[in-house]
Amino acid sequence: MSESKTADLTSVAMTPRRNSRMGDTLAYWMPKLVLSPTLIIVLVFFYGFILWTGYLSFTNSRMLPSYDFVGWANYVRLFNNERWFVSLRNLAVYSVLFIVICLAIGLSLAILLDQKIRAEGALRTIYLYPMALSFIVTGTVWKWMLNPQVGIEQFVRSLGWETFRFDWLVDPNFSIYTIVVAAVWQSSGFVMALFLAGLRGVDDSIIKAAQIDGASRFMIYTRIIIPSLRPVFFSAFVMLAHIAIKSFDLALALTGGGPGVSSDLPAIFMYQMSFTRNQMGLGAASAMIMLLTVVAILVPYLYSELRTKKHEH
Amino acid sequence: MASLNITNVEKSFGHTHILKGINMDIQDGEFIILVGPSGCGKSTLMNCIAGLEDVTGGQICIEDHDITGVLPKDRDIAMVFQSYALYPNMNVRKNISFALEIRKLPKAEIEREVERVAKLLQIEHLLDRKPGQLSGGQRQRVAMGRALARHPKIYLFDEPLSNLDAKLRVEMRTEIKKLHQRLGTTIVYVTHDQIEAMTLADRIAVMKDGHIQQFGTPQEVYDNPANRFVAGFMGSPSMNFIDTELVNHEGQVCVKLLVMDQLHYLPTPSSERGLLERVGQKVVLGIRPEQITHVIPHYASNPSTFIVKAKIDVIEPTGPDTLVLVKMNEQEVNCRVEPHEAGKPGETMSLMINMSKTVFFDPITGERL
Ligand SMILES: Nc1ncnc2c1ncn2[C@@H]1O[C@H](COP(=O)(O)OP(=O)(O)O)[C@@H](O)[C@H]1O
Ligand SMILES: [Mg+2]
Repeated sequence: MSESKTADLTSVAMTPRRNSRMGDTLAYWMPKLVLSPTLIIVLVFFYGFILWTGYLSFTNSRMLPSYDFVGWANYVRLFNNERWFVSLRNLAVYSVLFIVICLAIGLSLAILLDQKIRAEGALRTIYLYPMALSFIVTGTVWKWMLNPQVGIEQFVRSLGWETFRFDWLVDPNFSIYTIVVAAVWQSSGFVMALFLAGLRGVDDSIIKAAQIDGASRFMIYTRIIIPSLRPVFFSAFVMLAHIAIKSFDLALALTGGGPGVSSDLPAIFMYQMSFTRNQMGLGAASAMIMLLTVVAILVPYLYSELRTKKHEH
Repeated sequence: MASLNITNVEKSFGHTHILKGINMDIQDGEFIILVGPSGCGKSTLMNCIAGLEDVTGGQICIEDHDITGVLPKDRDIAMVFQSYALYPNMNVRKNISFALEIRKLPKAEIEREVERVAKLLQIEHLLDRKPGQLSGGQRQRVAMGRALARHPKIYLFDEPLSNLDAKLRVEMRTEIKKLHQRLGTTIVYVTHDQIEAMTLADRIAVMKDGHIQQFGTPQEVYDNPANRFVAGFMGSPSMNFIDTELVNHEGQVCVKLLVMDQLHYLPTPSSERGLLERVGQKVVLGIRPEQITHVIPHYASNPSTFIVKAKIDVIEPTGPDTLVLVKMNEQEVNCRVEPHEAGKPGETMSLMINMSKTVFFDPITGERL
């Protein structure tokens, strides 16, 4: 009797299991099915086009893609091109200044805002506001502000300081710095928000412990809080680096790469070669160099960051 | 090592008054436990002692020096936090030596001090690790180590063990007690654990709503609670409170107790003076569960013990004892009996009530009569 009972039990148990196997199959394939269009789109339009650009950089494409293979010729031309070097140097100057200044201003603002001041919410919104603008708008606004005839220079002169000069926008030696100014204005509020969130995440009792240990306010920040914000620095750096390398629209709207080619950036170089100057092969080669640069900077950084994190936890 | 005198300390955040006149005189080397419900201001008081919060009134003295306005670092106090508050970016050695480095001690001396503390707490093998790589118990030790370095005058512990699991908590409790016996430093220690409070304290301060309700030795607080709140807060399971009436029965002041339709007149202990003038009034009888037991023959003849028959509602075995829930004056009452003497729910059993340690409260104010 007990045997028949167990048999009964197993048959009862079997039936729903068979049903659930179908359910399992569905549950297994459903996410893959749902995600596959996105996956295909990413594969084709992201990695596919990277590969295609890579291929084009070895051809003699001009206005339209062609498939005549010319080996490394485009790369040789690229690195014999004066303008390419100008744009590379500009990018280096621009991104280093942009990242460093943004981090410094963002961190300082966050620390100031963290002092339990009044109207913090309002100030936070004001600092964050530029982030809501597109780079094109930022570029256009700063183009007017920096224009010697209508902008800051004119304004200060109208206040009576007749000899005041602020003409970086039209000075080939300084035009790249105007892009730095505009980009910092746009992005440092966002970096501040990142740091503020990080500061707020620091355990209050750690600060109390440090006070009892005798650390001054300055020491608490430099020795304890800021070092513990390492992950925030990392996120901010990655975001800023990627904004810097992509800053094509801002430069185009603000200086257009000028005067002359003095504020040219690789992205502008690439765009003009590929689409306005009928040098698609050369443009593709410059695009590949940009890609490799990004990879060369970010991958080791990502790797070391993620590895130490795994060790710490 | 130092005495600590807290006089009329008040603390408000805006219009919310958190501490409403705290007075505590703590002797050199005493182990003081601060207990109270969550939000009653225990941490606020600790922060005021440490100087992390400015008091809005009153005075704090260490060794008869007024330190009310002194910065935390100059008070020579160390504090251990519930969250341990270790510096996440420094290894254990740095965590311990940080305060010493700030005080610009010579390198050799700092090293010696770290060695000493590490040895004392058995964390020598952890010195080069970061806090993130330690278990909860190890972090707790490091937090203590950080407090022990630099020989402060007073230690403050704010619920240091409440993030540990039960077994580790008992171990650390013993170690803290040993440590105090060895070092003899004044300690103020916040906990919400009854047993921690009873076992560690030289004196217990029970706090509620920003007032100290009672400040006395564990035994005083347990046997002679100042009011109904203290009586209910200390002890687990907590004291039974039975609404009853004082009557004059055969020349003695008695309380009326109705158990299973049988009315009993139980004489109040002679130590409870002042009950005489309340005869005829309603009072609250406070009696601890261990004062109501199964019948123990050679105690039964004791003049302060009485035997009643009661119906068992619920039983809760705890291991060493079984808690038996019965009804007296239509109210639930916990009794503590030997496991093999306890009956089953629904049965009746004889219970022996020891009236010698009962206490009485005003039913409205909750004050001790
Ligand atoms: N910085 C502060 N600002 C305003 N209210 C506070 C502040 N710190 C604590 N409080 C309030 O004081 C009360 C007591 O807090 P606390 O001392 O932390 O209680 P506990 O006894 O649980 O440690 C709580 O109601 C809390 O909300
Ligand atoms: Mg607290």
